[in-house]
Amino acid sequence: MRYLDEYRNADAAQKLVAAIAAACTRPWVIMEVCGGQTHTIVKYGIDRVLPDGLELVHGPGCPVCVTSLETLDRAHAIAARSDVIFCSFGDMLRVPGSRVDLLQLKSQGCDVRVVYSPLDAVNLAAANPSRKVVFFAIGFETTAPANAMAVWLAMRRGLTNFSALVSHVLVPPAMSAILSATNNRVQGFLGPGHVCTVVGTSEYEPLVAKFRVPIVITGFEPIDMLEGILRTVQQLEAGRAEVENQYSRAVRTEGNPASRKLLTEVFEVCDRKWRGIGRIPQSGYRLKPEYRDFDAERLFDVADLETEESTTCISGEILRGLKKPHQCPAFGKECTPLTPLGATMVSSEGACAAYHAYGRTLEDGKRTQLV
Amino acid sequence: MDHPREGLFGTCPTPKSHYDRILLGHGSGGQLSAELLKRVFLPALGNDVLNALEDQATLPFGNGRLAFTTDSFVVKPLFFPGGDIGKLAVHGTINDLAVGGAKPLYLSAAFILEEGMLIADLKRIVQSMRLACDEVGVKIVTGDTKVVDRGKGDQLFITTSGIGVVPAGRSLSIRSARHGDCILLSGTIGDHGVAIMSVREGLEFETVLESDSAPLADLTHVMLESCPSIRCMRDPTRGGLASALNELASASRVGIRLLEKRIPIRAEVRGACEMLGLDPLYVANEGKLMAVVPENDAERLLNAMRCHPLGRNAAIVGTVVTDHPGLVVMDTLVGGERVVTMLSGEQLPRIC
Amino acid sequence: MCLGIPGRVLEIYREHEVLMGKIDFGGVSKRVCLEHVPDTQVGEYVIVHVGFALQRIDEVEARRVFAFLEGMDQLEELEAPSHEVPR
Repeated sequence: MRYLDEYRNADAAQKLVAAIAAACTRPWVIMEVCGGQTHTIVKYGIDRVLPDGLELVHGPGCPVCVTSLETLDRAHAIAARSDVIFCSFGDMLRVPGSRVDLLQLKSQGCDVRVVYSPLDAVNLAAANPSRKVVFFAIGFETTAPANAMAVWLAMRRGLTNFSALVSHVLVPPAMSAILSATNNRVQGFLGPGHVCTVVGTSEYEPLVAKFRVPIVITGFEPIDMLEGILRTVQQLEAGRAEVENQYSRAVRTEGNPASRKLLTEVFEVCDRKWRGIGRIPQSGYRLKPEYRDFDAERLFDVADLETEESTTCISGEILRGLKKPHQCPAFGKECTPLTPLGATMVSSEGACAAYHAYGRTLEDGKRTQLV
Repeated sequence: MDHPREGLFGTCPTPKSHYDRILLGHGSGGQLSAELLKRVFLPALGNDVLNALEDQATLPFGNGRLAFTTDSFVVKPLFFPGGDIGKLAVHGTINDLAVGGAKPLYLSAAFILEEGMLIADLKRIVQSMRLACDEVGVKIVTGDTKVVDRGKGDQLFITTSGIGVVPAGRSLSIRSARHGDCILLSGTIGDHGVAIMSVREGLEFETVLESDSAPLADLTHVMLESCPSIRCMRDPTRGGLASALNELASASRVGIRLLEKRIPIRAEVRGACEMLGLDPLYVANEGKLMAVVPENDAERLLNAMRCHPLGRNAAIVGTVVTDHPGLVVMDTLVGGERVVTMLSGEQLPRIC
Repeated sequence: MCLGIPGRVLEIYREHEVLMGKIDFGGVSKRVCLEHVPDTQVGEYVIVHVGFALQRIDEVEARRVFAFLEGMDQLEELEAPSHEVPR
C-alpha cells in the first residue's frame, strides 16, 4: 500500500537507528503523545533497538483511556435505555465504568452497536425514526471534525432522534499539565501527527516557548517514528527547542482550515476531567448551545449517578510518563486486558494494553510467560 | 476546580475477576474461550481424550483408529462472499478431521431453525452442503432439525459432527513439535474474516475478496504422502494464526519464532485490516492450514504443497526454538521483534 | 491515537449535499466524507480517519525522508546490509 509500505522499510529503519545511535551522546527522555505511536513502538519493538540511555515514555494520548468515569457511567446509563440505539467506536466497548462496560450491556440485551464512522450513526438515525440514536463522540482533535460533521449533518437533515454524547479531549493542555508537574522527566516530545493534521502546528509554539522542550510533530509508521526520534535527539543535543514537522506529508502549518472552521461552529472549549490525571482546565470540547437539541448530556437525564472509584492502579503515573507498565505490580497479574484495573489497560491503545498485547512483562528486556 | 494530581495514584474501577454472563468474546477462540473451557467444560466433562484439546479425537477402534470431531456454526450473515453457513459447516468439519491425518468419511448435521426463516434460504444452504460433501466424497448420514421461536435463534445454527479413519502408524499431535522444526502455512491469512466483515452491518466496505472456505482433505493427503514425518497440522479458524501458534507453543512447551515478512497476505486483507485497525494474525481462516515438520523435510513439503491448488501460496513462516517456551515471538519488518500473544477477547475495530 | 490510513480516491460524488468519495485501500474500498478536502482529484491520496478525510497527502513531502536517507548514504558511505529484498 502506497504511503504505508515504504514507511516500514527495513533498510531505511536500520539507517535511522544507526543515525540515532550516532547522534546520542547523553541520556534523554522523550515522550510520544499518541496511543497510536505507542502501539507502533511496541508492535515493531522500536524502543528495544534504540541506544541505551534513550528512553521513550508513553503519554496520555489515548482518548479512550482518559475518558472520565462520570462520562462512562453516563454513557452506560443511556445505553441501558430500551428506546436507545447506542453507537460507539469499537475501542470504547470494553472500557469499564463504575459497574459495567458496553459489551456487558449488549450481553444483557441493550442495543449497542459498533460503528466505524460517526456518519454511520447519522444514517442509522435516519433509518430508525422511531428510536433514539445516541453516538458516543470521544476522541482528540483528530476525531472532532468527523464528530462535528455528524452533528451538523443531523441538524441539516432535520433528524430529531439523533444526539451525541460528547467527551472530546485536547492535547496541548495535557502536555502542559505534564510539563508543569514538579517531578516531570520528559525532555522532548514526539507530537501528535493526526491531531496536527487537523489543527496545525501553531498551538505547540507557546509550549516550546514556555517550557523550552523540542516538539517534533511525528507520524505513525516506524520510519516516521524513527525520524521523529532522530530529529528530537538532534535538537536536544544542540540545545534547541523548536516545533518541527516530521509528518509533513499530512501536516500543514495551518492544519485543515475547513475542519477548524467547523470545529468553531459546533464545539466550544470547556474543562475536562481526565481519567487517571484529574481535571485539566480548558482541555475539552462540548457542543455549543446552538446544538443543544443534539446534546445527549442534556437530553437524557442521567445526572444522579454515583461514581465509584478505587485507587489501586498507577495509571496516572503511567499517563504522565513517570512509570512504565511493567513497573506496576499488578501488570499482567490482577490487571490484564480481560480484567483491566485502570485507564491504561482498558483501551487497546493504552500503554499497558499495548505492552501486554506485545508481550512486555514485569522486567523490561526479559520475556516470561504471561498466562 | 481540582488541579491535576501530582504524584498520586490514578482512579480505577473495581476490578471484575470474571464475567458471570456469556460475552461474544467467549466465542472468538482467544483467551476468553480458553477460560470458558477451563472453568466450565473441562471440569465437568474432562477425560484423557477431551483434555488433549486436539482439533479431533482419535480413538482406538478395532484394529485401527477412528477420528471424531464436532463443530457448531453460527456465522452471520448466512450468505457471504465465497460461501454460506452450510458450505462452511461441511468444510470446517472435514478440515478438523483432515488436519489430524484422517480420511473424512461421514458427517452428521443438526439444524436449529428460527421460526420465520425463509425455506428458500434453507434449500440453498442444504444444496450447498451437498455439493461440498460430493466434492470430497463424504456423506451426511444422519441429522436432526429443531425449530425455536422467532427471536430466539438468529435464523440458523448448524452443528456438524464428522468421523474419519486414521491409517495405522500415523499419529499427529499438537504436543509433538520439536526444536528445529519448521512451520509452514498453506496460503494467505485473514481472507475469510475480512470477507465476512465486508458484509457486516456497521463495517461494510467494497471488495472482491471472498471467503477462503475450502476442504483440505486432499491437500493433507498429498502432504502426508510426501512427508510422513509431519508432526502436526492445525487449521487456524477463529482466533487466527496467532491463536493456533500459541496453542502449539503451549502444548508442545516450545518457543516459536515467526518471520513477519514471510507471512503471505493478500493486499485486500492488509488494506481492510489497516483501515479498521485489526491485526491479520488474529483474523479467521477457513481454507488454510499450518503444518509442523522436521527441518530436513521442510523444502520437500513446501514443494508438494505448492503443486496443489490449495497450497499455491504456501510458505515457511517460522521455526520452533528452545528459547521462550510457550511464547510466539515475531521478527518484525523493521528489524525489531514482538511477542504475538493469544487473542484476549473479540478483536474490535479501533479509532486510536 | 488516531488511526489514519492513506487511501486513493477512486470516485467523487455528493450525497445529502455532502462531498463524498470512494476510497481504495489496497483493493478494498470504502465510502468516505471528503467535505474538508474539496480540491481533491481522483487518483490522489488522502488520510482517512473514521470514514472522514483529514487531509490530502503531499507527494513531494512524502519523498522527503527518503531523499534525506539517500543523502546520508552519500555523506557517510554507509553500506546498508540488505538481508532480503524489501517488500
